[in-house]
Amino acid sequence: MGTQEFLFLLQGLRWTLLLAAIGFAGGIAFGIVVALMRVSDSPFLRIPALCWIGLFQGTPLLMQLFVAYFGLPLLGLDLPAWGAVTIALTAHASAFLGEIWRGAIQAVPRGQTEAANALGLHGASTMYDVILPQAFKLSLPATVGFLVQLLKGTSLAAIVGFIELTRAGTIVSNQIYRPLLVFGVVGAIYFIMCWPLSLWGRNLERRMSAGVAK
Amino acid sequence: MTLDFSVVADVWRALLGGALGTMFLASSGMALAMLIGVLGVWLLRGQMLLLSFLVGAFVEVIRNTPFLVQIYFVFFALPLVGIRLNPTATAIIALGLNGGAYAIEIIRGGVESIPKGQTEAGLALGLHKNEVFRFIILKPALRAIYPSLSSQFILLTLTTAICTSISAYELTSVGQRIEAETFRSFEAYFTLTGIYLVISLLTMWFLAAIGRRAFDYPQR
Repeated sequence: MGTQEFLFLLQGLRWTLLLAAIGFAGGIAFGIVVALMRVSDSPFLRIPALCWIGLFQGTPLLMQLFVAYFGLPLLGLDLPAWGAVTIALTAHASAFLGEIWRGAIQAVPRGQTEAANALGLHGASTMYDVILPQAFKLSLPATVGFLVQLLKGTSLAAIVGFIELTRAGTIVSNQIYRPLLVFGVVGAIYFIMCWPLSLWGRNLERRMSAGVAK
Repeated sequence: MTLDFSVVADVWRALLGGALGTMFLASSGMALAMLIGVLGVWLLRGQMLLLSFLVGAFVEVIRNTPFLVQIYFVFFALPLVGIRLNPTATAIIALGLNGGAYAIEIIRGGVESIPKGQTEAGLALGLHKNEVFRFIILKPALRAIYPSLSSQFILLTLTTAICTSISAYELTSVGQRIEAETFRSFEAYFTLTGIYLVISLLTMWFLAAIGRRAFDYPQR
C-alpha cells in the first residue's frame, strides 16, 4: 500500500469523523428532548418517546440507514447521500442517548427532587438546576461508550455506498488486491480513535463507582 | 409518490426464509459467543500470563473496531489459513468472535462480583478448582449478569444485518435481492425493518425464557 492509497483512506477518515461528529451533536440535542419526554408525567409525551426508543433499539442501524436513504426522497426531501446518512445517525443517536439519560435522570435520588420542591423551586428549575447536572455526571461513562459505538456505526454508511473510511478501504483493497493489509490498517485507524475513548469511559466509571461504594 | 407494498408481499416466502436465516445466524452466533465468553474468562483467570494478555488484547481490539471491518477481515483471512467456508459459516464465526469479546467483558464483571470467600468455601469442601469455577463462580456470575448479556445478544441479533456485506443468507441480503428485482427500495427496507422489530422482540422473549429456566433456583 503506497502513500497515495493511504491518503485516500485518510480522506475517507475525514468523512467518518464528520459523520460521527454531526450524528453525536444532533443526537445530544434531540436525545435530551427524548429523555425529558421519557421521564415526563404525561403519557402523551412519555409513550411516543418510549416507542421512538424501542423502534431504534429494536431494529438494525443498517435498516435505519436504508429507510432514511430511500424514504426521505419519497417525502420530497432531495438530500445528498451524506444528508440522509446524518439524519439516520442523528435519529439513532437520539434514541440511544435518550435512553441512557433517562436512566441517569431516574438514578438521581428521589430526595433531590423533594428537597428542591421543599425549597420552593418550580418544576423546570428542579430539572435544570438540580437533577440534570447530577444526571449528566452519572451518564458520562455510558455516553462516552455510545460515542464509540456511533463512531463504529458510521462504517455502515459504506454499505449504502457512501465513501467513508471502510468504503475507502474496500475500494483500495479492490485496487491492490491485499484485503488483509488494507482492512488491518483500516481497523487500526478505528482502533486508534476508539480505544482512548473506551479507556476514558472506563476510567470515569471506575472513579464514579469508587465514590458510590462508600 | 406512490407506495406499492404488494410486490414485497408477493415474495413473503423469501422474506420468511430470510427471517429464519437471520434467526439461525443470530442463535449460532450467540452460542459461539457464549462459548468464547466462558472460555475467555476461564483463560483470563488462569495462571498463564501470556494467554490472559492475549485474551485481553482480543477483547480490546474487537470492542474498538467496527463489525463491518471485522467481518471483511475474517472473510479474507480464513481462506489464507486454508479454511474454506461458505459465507454463512464465515458470518457465524465473525458474529461469534464479536459477541464473544463483549461476552468476555460482561462475564468477567460478573465473576469479579462473586465474593472470594465463596471460592475458598468451595475449595475447603474439597471441590476441584474447575468444579469451583463451574458451579460456585460461573453459575451465580451468569445469573448476576444475565440481563446485560441478554441485551448484548439482542444487539448481536441486529448486527446480523451487516452479514449481507459478504452475502450470507439472512434477511437483509434477501431484501437487497428483492430491491434489485423490483426497484421498490423503500417498500423492501421498510418491511424488513418491521420484520427485524418482530425478530428482536422474539429474541428478547426467548432469552428471558432461557434465563427463567437456567436460573430457576431461589435467590439466596
